[in-house]
Amino acid sequence: MPRTAKVSVPYRDDVEADVNIRTDGDIVTARRRGRILAEQSGFSTTEQVLITTAISELARNILLYARGGMIALKRVVNHERSGIMVVAKDQGPGIADVEKAMEPGYSTSSSLGLGLPGVKRLMDEMRIETQAGQGTTIIATKWRR
Amino acid sequence: METNSGQELRRYDVASVTNEQPLETKRLLLKELVAHLREQRTQAREDWARRIQEANLLTAMSNEEIFAEATSVYDNYVEALATGTFEALQAYARNLSERIIPRGVETEEVVGIVLLLRDVLARSLFSKYRSDFAMLNRILDAYEPAANRIAITVAVGFVQERERTIREQQEAIRELSTPVLQVRERLLILPIVGLIDPQRARQLTEQLLRGIRANRAKVVVIDITGVAAMDTNVANHLVQTVEASRLLGATVIVSGLSPEIAQTLVNIGVELSKMTTVGDLQGGIEEAERLLGYRVVPKSSDTAESETV
Amino acid sequence: MEVPILKQGPYLIATIQTALHDADLVQLRDAIVEKVGKLRAKGVIVDVTALDVIDSFSTRTLSDVAHMIRLRGANTVIVGIQPEVAFAMVQLGLVLEDVATALDLEEGLSYLHAKDRQGERAVPRRR
Repeated sequence: MPRTAKVSVPYRDDVEADVNIRTDGDIVTARRRGRILAEQSGFSTTEQVLITTAISELARNILLYARGGMIALKRVVNHERSGIMVVAKDQGPGIADVEKAMEPGYSTSSSLGLGLPGVKRLMDEMRIETQAGQGTTIIATKWRR
Repeated sequence: METNSGQELRRYDVASVTNEQPLETKRLLLKELVAHLREQRTQAREDWARRIQEANLLTAMSNEEIFAEATSVYDNYVEALATGTFEALQAYARNLSERIIPRGVETEEVVGIVLLLRDVLARSLFSKYRSDFAMLNRILDAYEPAANRIAITVAVGFVQERERTIREQQEAIRELSTPVLQVRERLLILPIVGLIDPQRARQLTEQLLRGIRANRAKVVVIDITGVAAMDTNVANHLVQTVEASRLLGATVIVSGLSPEIAQTLVNIGVELSKMTTVGDLQGGIEEAERLLGYRVVPKSSDTAESETV
Repeated sequence: MEVPILKQGPYLIATIQTALHDADLVQLRDAIVEKVGKLRAKGVIVDVTALDVIDSFSTRTLSDVAHMIRLRGANTVIVGIQPEVAFAMVQLGLVLEDVATALDLEEGLSYLHAKDRQGERAVPRRR
């Protein structure tokens, strides 16, 4: 009996977008597209805001630390549910100590640093691929409940 | 439908379990199969609808409805066979499920009718190729994996839709069972009782924040007397709720904090001195009224009344 | 994108109407500070009702406004944060700690009035 794969499978759609991040205006563009995609994917208003805020922070990090990069937005599907995947990619300096960057903890800091634990809280899954001097790719996914 | 063999390869590789046939032969067989099914459309649908009724399935629907849905399913079925793509079928299955679940149609009925269609079509193949056993075998080799895939797609679509409905109902129940109460003007109370998982905690926060806005609340009393224990996740949620409420201009008083929960909060780094906490709900309400400028004035009669200062 | 800053009595009201770029936010900050000085305003209300995202930069800028205004002896209050936005903000740890917040314009004015009265009284009186 054929089996369906239990893995996220991105598929192209006319709403999905890649946004070049080079100016602060691009952050707003990425947010807007993210909002549209989230709404069309059936996320609740609160979830739309969570996703859009995460996109904003990821885009901002690109601008602050890498001076340029891109944000890709994709719908994803697995055998149970559907969601949105945000890919933030840059060719910047990379994150030297990922563990430290991801240190969770109750924090009301003024967001110095990358704010990655926060982004993880906003989304459901987050994966970081990075190496000092080699750029960074952050993949964050949120699933529809 | 003409498709290039490259695409066929991707679509049918999952379906081919015992693929002893070269791909080109398979393609031709499927074409022949689809043509046959289209030709047999009227007969097959009638047979199928009859079998459905004989098997006492879809009793929640009238004969006309059954025939109408049977037609849609049949056409989608043949289309899936013809194109080798199942997204349209999946979407249709979900749509169909959305319509029939509220009518009380059960999973076994849906699986049942899809299998019956499979039988009806198989029988029509037996009938057509009964004089050429070798050919019959070849065409069944092409038909069976695809038919199985379709049956699974429809059944899974139905089950997923059902699960989604159940989740929505649970959500609605949760929402009903944790009301945000407006006790006085500008004062909300959120009594929390029982076990809280992160999802419920999130939902409570959302409800409270919306309530603050809708009721223009200035003070909120979150009563956790009824909460036995809190893990760090939920404790974090509580703190976030307090902070988010403040962003909406409301002060939060947490009442009924047990020593255990106080310890949990301290452990996650909360400065309890920054949070307004009171022993019990009554104390919480009194503190809230004080903040709002109410004053309880004992009158000559036994009952105390409040008046706005 | 210019954000309108209106005068209402001794106070200024800046109403943000659409999503702002970073540069616009900085411009707004500077405009508010300048106007407070020029008009000798006693308080500022920043209305963010229309913002559907408030991220780390926005938070920092709003915080900066409040601090810079304080140096000129005026109070700031941020009003109109949407429930969903507040929810997202606290997930990120953005809590606007030393900045006053209120539900809406009405509450914001109420707050500023109260702060003024507090300032004027030699001895704080129980309300």
